[in-house]
Amino acid sequence: MEEKDIHSELASIRSLMERSSKFLSLSGLSGVLAGIYALIGAFIGYRIVHAKYTNLIVTDSYPGNSQIYHQLIWIAAIILILSVLTGILLSIRQAKKQGEKYWNPVSRRLISSMAFPLFSGGLFILVLLFREEYELIISASLIFYGLSLISASQYTFSDVKWLGICQIILGLMATLIPASGLLFWVIGFGLLHIIYGTLMHFKYNR
Amino acid sequence: MKTSLEQFDKAFENRIRLQIMSVLLANEHYDFNSLKDLLELTDGNLASHIKALEKEEYVKVTKTFIGKKPNTQYSISEKGRKAFIQHLEALENLINQQRI
Repeated sequence: MEEKDIHSELASIRSLMERSSKFLSLSGLSGVLAGIYALIGAFIGYRIVHAKYTNLIVTDSYPGNSQIYHQLIWIAAIILILSVLTGILLSIRQAKKQGEKYWNPVSRRLISSMAFPLFSGGLFILVLLFREEYELIISASLIFYGLSLISASQYTFSDVKWLGICQIILGLMATLIPASGLLFWVIGFGLLHIIYGTLMHFKYNR
Repeated sequence: MKTSLEQFDKAFENRIRLQIMSVLLANEHYDFNSLKDLLELTDGNLASHIKALEKEEYVKVTKTFIGKKPNTQYSISEKGRKAFIQHLEALENLINQQRI
């Protein structure tokens, strides 16, 4: 056996071990788009709040005005759905471009590992909504999203873990600092997604 | 150089078998169809190579049904894991020897 052959054999083993256990078609571009949706949503939300309370800057509680909350929650829900759809569609496109199947054991594991923390967080936030305890919603969404990213990072690029850790730190800071929710929401879901998505795009997707 | 060649496992002489073992080493289990798609093989080709690995007791098979569709899962056995790692070490040794 030639040395060249052994090298190519070892390389093919390494690549197969990685490709079979990690989903490597995650689209960076979809992260950038999700960040942009979040920024647009935050801007609309800010305008809605600003129109009601002209002299008020930003806070987390608007006592006795559940209508505002409902509008903000609808905006957040629409952003979430748009971001998830964009992520799925662009990752499928990326997988096709790389000639890989997008529905395989790894993508199934990736989805189920994200789903548990994400649904726990979703239910937790629904409970907060029913109890009309609005202050913790933004922190909870950042922390649970961060946890789901860390859990997902086992089955895709390990860089995803760092995005998750940053989201958790932001969520904790939002809990610590009163009336800072919108700011941390904009940083976490908006700016971090754009920065992360751009880095990933240039590192892996090109 | 002869010594390390003797460490080579006959079962892994074929590249496809080596690839199957790599996938099973990295994953707890893998099903037949996904393995077929990943390695871009035909049903018959994959089946015959897996049968050979099964015969060596390197691969364990679990057959279940999802609805009416058969779902065959493969996983690496302890014997297979040891043999495969030994084979990888032999490959590395060979490279190191050739470098000297």
